[in-house]
Amino acid sequence: MRRILSLSLSLLLVFSGLILAGCSTSQPKAEEKAPESQPSTTTPTTPPPASDEAVKGSITVYTALEDEQVTEYLAVFNAQYPDIKVNVVRDSTGIITARLLAEKDNPQADLVWGTAASSMMVLDDQNMLEPYAPKGIERILPQFKSDKAVPTWVGIDAWETAFIVNTEELAKLGLTVSDIQDYDDLLNPALAGHIVMSNPASSGTGFLTVSGVLQMNGKTSEAGWDYLTALHQNVDQYVHSGSKPAKMAAAGECVIGISFGYAGISQKAKGAPVETIFPASGSGWDMEANALMKKSQINPAALTFLDWAISDEAMDLYKVNYPIIATGGNGTYEGYEIADPLKQLIDNDFVWAANNRDDILNKWAEKYDSKSAAQ
Amino acid sequence: MRQRLARLSFAQLITLLALLVIFTVILILPLFALFSKAFLNSSGEFAGLANYVKYFSTPSLSSSILNTIDISLWSTVISVTLGFLYAYALTRTNIRCKPFFKYMALIPIFIPTIVHALGLVYVFGRQGIITRMGFEVALYGRVGIILSEIIFTFPQAFLMFLVALEFTDGRLYEAADSMGASGLTKFFKITLPEIKYTVVNVFFVCFTLAFTDFGAPKVIGGSFNVLATDIYKQIAGQFNMNMGAVVGTLLLLPAVLSFIVGRVVNSKNAGTVSAKSTKLVVGKSLKRDTFFFVFCSLITLFLLFLIACLFMGALSSYYPYDMSFTLRNFLFDNSSGGIKSYFNSLQMSILTAVFGTIFAFVYAYMMEKTSGFNTLRRYGKLLSVLPLALPGMVIGISFIFFFNSPSNPLNFIYGTVTILVVSNILHYFSVPFFTATGALKKLDSEYESVSESMNIPRWKTFLRVSVPLSLPAILEIFMYYFVNSMVTVSAVVFLYSAQFRIASISITHMEEAGNFAQAAAMSLLILLVNVCVRALYEFIVKMIKKRNNDDKTRQVKEST
Amino acid sequence: MSFLEIVQITKRFDRQTVLSDVSAQIEKGELVCVLGPSGCGKTTLLRIIAGLETATQGQIIIDEQDCTLLPARKRNFGIVFQSYALFPNMTVLENVAFGLKQKKQLSREEREERTVDILRLVDLLEHKDKYPRQLSGGQQQRTALARAIVLEPLYLLLDEPLSALDAKVRVKLRGEISALQKSLGITTVMVTHDQEEALTMADRIIVMNNAVVEQIGRPREIYDNPATPFVANFIGTMNFYDHQGNLFAIRPEKVELVGRTESYDMVARVKALEFKGALTRIYSTLMDKTEICVDIPSEVFDGEKLHEDALVFLRMPQEHLREYPLEKAV
Repeated sequence: MRRILSLSLSLLLVFSGLILAGCSTSQPKAEEKAPESQPSTTTPTTPPPASDEAVKGSITVYTALEDEQVTEYLAVFNAQYPDIKVNVVRDSTGIITARLLAEKDNPQADLVWGTAASSMMVLDDQNMLEPYAPKGIERILPQFKSDKAVPTWVGIDAWETAFIVNTEELAKLGLTVSDIQDYDDLLNPALAGHIVMSNPASSGTGFLTVSGVLQMNGKTSEAGWDYLTALHQNVDQYVHSGSKPAKMAAAGECVIGISFGYAGISQKAKGAPVETIFPASGSGWDMEANALMKKSQINPAALTFLDWAISDEAMDLYKVNYPIIATGGNGTYEGYEIADPLKQLIDNDFVWAANNRDDILNKWAEKYDSKSAAQ
Repeated sequence: MRQRLARLSFAQLITLLALLVIFTVILILPLFALFSKAFLNSSGEFAGLANYVKYFSTPSLSSSILNTIDISLWSTVISVTLGFLYAYALTRTNIRCKPFFKYMALIPIFIPTIVHALGLVYVFGRQGIITRMGFEVALYGRVGIILSEIIFTFPQAFLMFLVALEFTDGRLYEAADSMGASGLTKFFKITLPEIKYTVVNVFFVCFTLAFTDFGAPKVIGGSFNVLATDIYKQIAGQFNMNMGAVVGTLLLLPAVLSFIVGRVVNSKNAGTVSAKSTKLVVGKSLKRDTFFFVFCSLITLFLLFLIACLFMGALSSYYPYDMSFTLRNFLFDNSSGGIKSYFNSLQMSILTAVFGTIFAFVYAYMMEKTSGFNTLRRYGKLLSVLPLALPGMVIGISFIFFFNSPSNPLNFIYGTVTILVVSNILHYFSVPFFTATGALKKLDSEYESVSESMNIPRWKTFLRVSVPLSLPAILEIFMYYFVNSMVTVSAVVFLYSAQFRIASISITHMEEAGNFAQAAAMSLLILLVNVCVRALYEFIVKMIKKRNNDDKTRQVKEST
Repeated sequence: MSFLEIVQITKRFDRQTVLSDVSAQIEKGELVCVLGPSGCGKTTLLRIIAGLETATQGQIIIDEQDCTLLPARKRNFGIVFQSYALFPNMTVLENVAFGLKQKKQLSREEREERTVDILRLVDLLEHKDKYPRQLSGGQQQRTALARAIVLEPLYLLLDEPLSALDAKVRVKLRGEISALQKSLGITTVMVTHDQEEALTMADRIIVMNNAVVEQIGRPREIYDNPATPFVANFIGTMNFYDHQGNLFAIRPEKVELVGRTESYDMVARVKALEFKGALTRIYSTLMDKTEICVDIPSEVFDGEKLHEDALVFLRMPQEHLREYPLEKAV
């Protein structure tokens, strides 16, 4: 019996050892390869010289960017840095942030890329981010980076509330796109049961929309809540993902999805009969940002990546998918017909939103979320 | 103590302890790491029951409990009824095509649960095929979840009833016939009492599965809140680990309940089938057979229809607006893991099946075929039923907290395929354990005594006797682990690493990205390999049975 | 000192006492039967002798060595179970050779030779490549026996070895096992609930009931002088009757049927008659309803012209009467 046990145990160990070995030879883990000469960084890091370590090695990147964007962007990065192997964990903003928080005591990621600034604030609060000023930081507009002296996170682009309208389904209701131009248009009784919105409690997009509506109506006044209550009459369901309303609209599972611009435009590119409408009175918004994780050993290749991730080359890539990028340039992608995208964004008070997040969510849940049970 | 040692040898004791330690390390310690958070506030200070008080005083949260019970009850009652009727049709009637019906009923276990929901969208969604025919169902929300859970739990109920109804003593029915009992009387006086414990067990299994499922509520739950989506909202939406842990403890409720009831039921559950039992001969009844044939056909048709819809989704350019045929959807984007994730899934599933089978079988052997140290073994048995009740998400998050701690010497498995394999072995442990225990119970307990009298080491008896004789059960365990690892999402979504993406997670990502067609295509690939593995299993078991039967006929020939 | 000493063994499971202060001595080369009704503790006793179970109290001494705490695998015995426990996935040959493979000191040839010898001894050589399920019950039984003795154990334990067989085979195998045991001269303990089996095969019998030993003795002693009413009743048939405050017992074949004019001890009324071949049994009741049965040779019976309800006059010869304390009545 004992032999069976030791046999199976050793088999297990050997096997996992092999697997580990397999992983670490082909795709070495970041911290294993981190050269010992690199001092552990507790003070703000300055851009390192283009040493050998900085252009070689392997880094682990957590990101909430869309799958297809990641593939495309990384191809460009690797063309320039063929010896840096980038291991990507991609998931929704919520899952990525939850994983980062759960891994707090022993971060696996070397850096976070393209993840909501609101998440970055949470991570920063937990003192999980290492201040780092990437090369070219001065080009980033002030409202797109953290307010610390050496920024803990740096924004790259912004995404904003948009209505994704399925024109074929809309026609069946006797309406056209021109009837859906602003928030109040969504209150049309003809749309009752045809609108899908993301749940602010589980989706960043949901939250920025709610936060935007409240801010446009004077933050603390009841007017914002009155609008949400009226909207609630027309909403069919609140889903747990920011892009899902757009996809549901694209698939005809609803007529209007309250989502974000990129989600709608990319669906149209795939052949869906949708139009993306930016509300005339402005959009709530949030930005996607990069940050360096606080670890005992900072991988120089991670700094190389962060530098690249705000370079002009990278910004040109973001530009294709996002109307607004952190250097102030405008998006160039098709289907976005607003003259000045920055004007589309409301004057977002992130600090107010972060401080009142819990209260807003609790109030929202109390008013609209618990009702779903009584259907 | 000395007397005990004489019975249970030192080597056996070490093995037993080692297994229990392993189990404790992968189950109890991670759970403790997670659930202790339910009693802490966000800054890590002890908060007593404050989190629970907050939970129950927030209507939007506490209403989820009632919602979860509501959908679980409905789907369980319907699943149990359908599963029973279906199994009854296959064991107690003379309908045709029984093997066909049997395998069709298993389709849902071969695909990830979110795919059931996806299939339902293709059928009943706003643009669904049935909906377009003018038959509208309010799919998103309660109805959708219930439908989806029925599809999910029906095969489980069916399989359990099938086993229970297959084993019966035909003599009881002959006796009842001789007394002129009607069909209905026989049903209520013999059939039902015979399977009443199975009914209770099936009820709890289905209830627990529906209670803890996350896939369906996420995809078609709409705004209908259940506990599993609450955990998601708390952890992935509000990053409130403490409240997530609170919800996690609530998810264990049916498990605790079923454990209590299970103890009561099992202690009374004595087998009635003896060696002298005769096989039940099913009488003729055209009316009955027609009814059940139609019933089985309807269920099968529905399931096939669901699969057909997935095919349609996978093979059309942009459902429902561009229905032109394409194979493009099988060229998976690399960004979601691509086809590599499929091969990763195969690798992970094989590893899980190999090590899971070894672990579950050795564990069951130590519980079943050794004696002494009853307290240890009672603890071992308690551990073995716990995973049945654990939602995958609870396992996943507790693994992060436990294994990713830098002070944990096992930290090195974090972020590797090993942790995925370990979490799968744990997540799906209970059923293989029951299978192994059942097979070992059937083996003569004197095999070990005889070997001991001949001074043959226990491990040799285990390898040369117990293992070959339990081969069908071992294969079944292997298949179970493999199939489930191919479709699992909830536990591994928190654990998969950048280097190692798996197909079931890719499906979730494709679904999230609106790539329903690619998700459907990947589901079909998973379905394909699972069906092949199942077919291979059936083939091997058939060969084993055939060989045994050949020997028996040879014996009869020789003795005549 | 005897070869196998069972010293004041007590075994309790939870609160139930299965064996209570059981003692016995077994000599080298003896075949001893442990006889008793089911649940009397005989199988537990066997398992304690084997080391498959540990006693709560008491000692087992084998060959002058205290084996009480010695695990089974170190005791060097052979065992045959009621189920035979043949390994179904091995042929007859493999079953028998399985244990021998552990004996590394033997060469391969020696092991093969030994296996073949044993199979020849139990007359199974021609079936050596069959699987257990291809064998008849008797052949399976002999395979189990071969497997048990191939390692030349110090002693042999048989747990109801014949009860799974049908009557004819059983009788035949009784003789074979006894003969084999005598030729090998191996000390053997056999558990059985079949008194006939015990009487025909055993050198000595240990009769057990309700966790205690009722009597130990040679078959003839036990039959003729049963120590307790239980033994008397369990082995063969015994009539009990109450006479002047004393409990008397007599075997049916010892009761004499006499004419009304001769001196008799009892008068009884015939209730039923049973032709049993050589003997005929008369079931009768005394005036106080006590049942008495009488066995007489069938040819004697033919002369008596008895019928139901007839009165018979019975004589109980003093030398065949046994007397027991009344409170021990069955």
